Formats: sequence, structure tokens, C-alpha cells
Amino acid sequence: MTQHHDDGEGISRRHALECMIWAGTGVLWTVSGGVPVSLNLLGAAEAAEAQASGFTFLQISDSHIGFDKAANPHAIDTLKEAIGKVKALPAKPAFMIHTGDITHLSKAAQFDNADQIIGGTGLDVHYVPGEHDVIDEGNGRAYIERYGKNAKGAGWYSFDQNGVHFVGLVNVVNLRAGGLGNLGAEQLAWLADDLRAVSASTPIVVFAHIPLWTVYADWGWGTEDSTQALALLKRFGSVTVLNGHIHQIMQKVEGNITFHTARSTAFPQPAPGTAPAPGPMTVPAGQLRSLLGITDVAVRNGGQELAIIDSRLSDA
Amino acid sequence: MTRTSISRLLACALVAGGSTLLLPETGHAADAPRVRIENFSFEPQTLTVKAGTTVVFENDDDIPHLVVADDKSFRSKALDTGDTYAFTFSKPGDFAYFCGLHPHMRGKIAVSP
Repeated sequence: MTQHHDDGEGISRRHALECMIWAGTGVLWTVSGGVPVSLNLLGAAEAAEAQASGFTFLQISDSHIGFDKAANPHAIDTLKEAIGKVKALPAKPAFMIHTGDITHLSKAAQFDNADQIIGGTGLDVHYVPGEHDVIDEGNGRAYIERYGKNAKGAGWYSFDQNGVHFVGLVNVVNLRAGGLGNLGAEQLAWLADDLRAVSASTPIVVFAHIPLWTVYADWGWGTEDSTQALALLKRFGSVTVLNGHIHQIMQKVEGNITFHTARSTAFPQPAPGTAPAPGPMTVPAGQLRSLLGITDVAVRNGGQELAIIDSRLSDA
Repeated sequence: MTRTSISRLLACALVAGGSTLLLPETGHAADAPRVRIENFSFEPQTLTVKAGTTVVFENDDDIPHLVVADDKSFRSKALDTGDTYAFTFSKPGDFAYFCGLHPHMRGKIAVSP
């Protein structure tokens, strides 16, 4: 927050990013060709304008249905509140993505509850699994049977919407001792093949549960073979990477790639290195909802500019 | 280690006293050496036991964990808060393991003959 490095690529790019991180709510930033060019507080009018000239999609993450510990004994209620916010958005999203940890323990009843609540939006939802979604007896079979019908491998896939190419990746299976998140050779080969036919001017949105850059290796907050995936994305003018897992907003811009992690709808986790471990963080009850939230992403006409807007369940 | 020592002492005391009640050295989960999982770490990180010992892993975190041997020789189910997993180490050797959900968490069971 105190160090501002103007690297000459724009007006206080890092300053803008840092403010965005710390302001936390109602903040909009735009990306043109992978470089943030402006920063504005978002109002309903701007959201409506974004809707008129393009489309928006909504990201929710880490709903952890089934979690009932001290950090939030009612994770099901805060998901309901988050979905209430989605329904109340001034600009109706085209669809939703869920970046994993739908459930806490991969139980059928937990998936059922999540589906019922999230289904209340009436929106299409594109899922990727978190590590909590693949701990059934079949090591992920329950997730695949429910969400993976049109997916490859452990649940990866791509689709196109209004000229934007979306890629959902899985980095929570076949984890290696001592390692971080893992994509694996089969998925990387698929990704190379999937991107081959996509033109360099097509905006790309990649989403996966664990961050695809190393946020904090000591807590496993990164993906060990993500550099291979990112290398495949270098030739594109605009790449946006959306992740969950760490239950807080983090963002970074590296060349053409913008990274962003979403808040959880269930419970907060500590900032890297500020606690002995990355587990659920218990805060005074009145503060919980200011640390949970959803993320709205606006794609402007022509598709090159994406705006990411995080909002909290409450500003208290 | 402490629990093992105590149970051995108890067993010896009972034998010395002429009791027919012999506490098994291992087998009962309550007496078995334990690895506690807390704050995303295995405690103790290295546990030394004799071959044939049953080790109990207990999750005391608010997040599930999953105990997996590096060589895949054992693998627990997901352990929710308070859940335990017991495995009997019948062969001597060093058995490194990690958390299948948080693979930066590592531990070792050193099994002596």
C-alpha cells in the first residue's frame, strides 16, 4: 500500500491495483489488451452501462456447504445471502461460474443443498471443483457425475460466449507430496490443443480453484505447473485468470495476464503469513459478512475490456 | 511416545501384580500412539514406533485433512474435525506421508524392527 512503483506503462497502474485491493468493495477496473487503464467506483449506472454495451458474468467461490464451525456456523445462510445479491444485481449476468469448494465434504446432501440454492438464480452455472469437492469415496466421482458430463478428465472444459473464450481448469486432483496445486500433463496437453484454434485477439478467461500463480507457497497457495499453462496463454492480448481457494481478494497483473481471486461465501481465511495456518478465521460476528462476497465481471463490447467488481455481503 | 510408554508401564505393572488383565501394547485406539493434525501440520512430524504398532491420526483442525503415504501404501478417507484414522505399521522402515488435500503438509512414521 505504501510502495507505489510507476513503471511507465500507465498512470499509477500499481497504485490503482493496490487501491482496488484495499478498498475492497464497489470497485471497478478495466483492462484493455491486458493492461489496466482506468479505475472507477462502480455505481448502478455504470453497471447498467456495462450491461448495455456487453455482458456480465458472475463468479462465486468457496461456498463450503456443510461447514458449521466457529468461523461461520451457517455457511448455508451466507450462500443464500450471496445468491440474494446475485438476484438483486442491476445488470442480470449472462451466467455464473463457481470456482470450487462448492461443498465442505463432497457429500451428496451438501451438493444437493448447494444446487438448490445456486439454482435459485435461474442462471447457467459453470463449475470447477475445489479439493473439498473431490473427497468422496470415489475420489471425485460424485463431482464428475453431477457437473462433469461435458467435461474432460477430472472436469476441465472450455466454452465461448460473445466472442470470449472461457476455460475451466482442475488443479485439485493427483496432488503430489510437498507440492502445490497440480494441472498435470494430460490437462496441459488438452489446453494446448484447445487454444490452438483460438485467435490471439480473442479475450481469454481462465478459471480454476487454486490460484494459478504462487500467492504463498508455504500455505500451498499456488499451482506447481501453472507456468506451463501461462506460457500457452502468452500470445493472447487479453487473459483474465479467476481463482478462489484463499477466501480473500488478491490480484496481480503480469504482462497480458490479469489474476484475481474471489472472496468465499462461507468464511474468511487469514492474509498470507499473518496466522500460524491458513484455516478458517473467526472474526467478531458483526464483521463476518464484510469478509464474504461475490464477484461480478463485465465484458465490454468487442470483448477486449473486462471489469471485475467485487462486492461484500455487507459493508458493516 | 508418552502414551506408548505409559501403556507399557501399565502392562508391566499388571503382569508384575499377577493380574491376568494384560493390556495389549497396541490395538486399542485410545492407547495407540497418536499423530495430531493441528494448524495444518502433523504433530509430531516424525513419530517412531515398533513394527506392528497401530498409529492413530486425529484431525483437530476446523478443515478436513487426508493422510496419504508417499508410496501410496496407505490412504485415509477425508477426516473431518475430530475424525481419526488408524493404520498398523507392520514392516520396519521410514514411511513418509502427506495431506492429500494440502500436500505441503508432510510427516513421517519411523518404524523400527
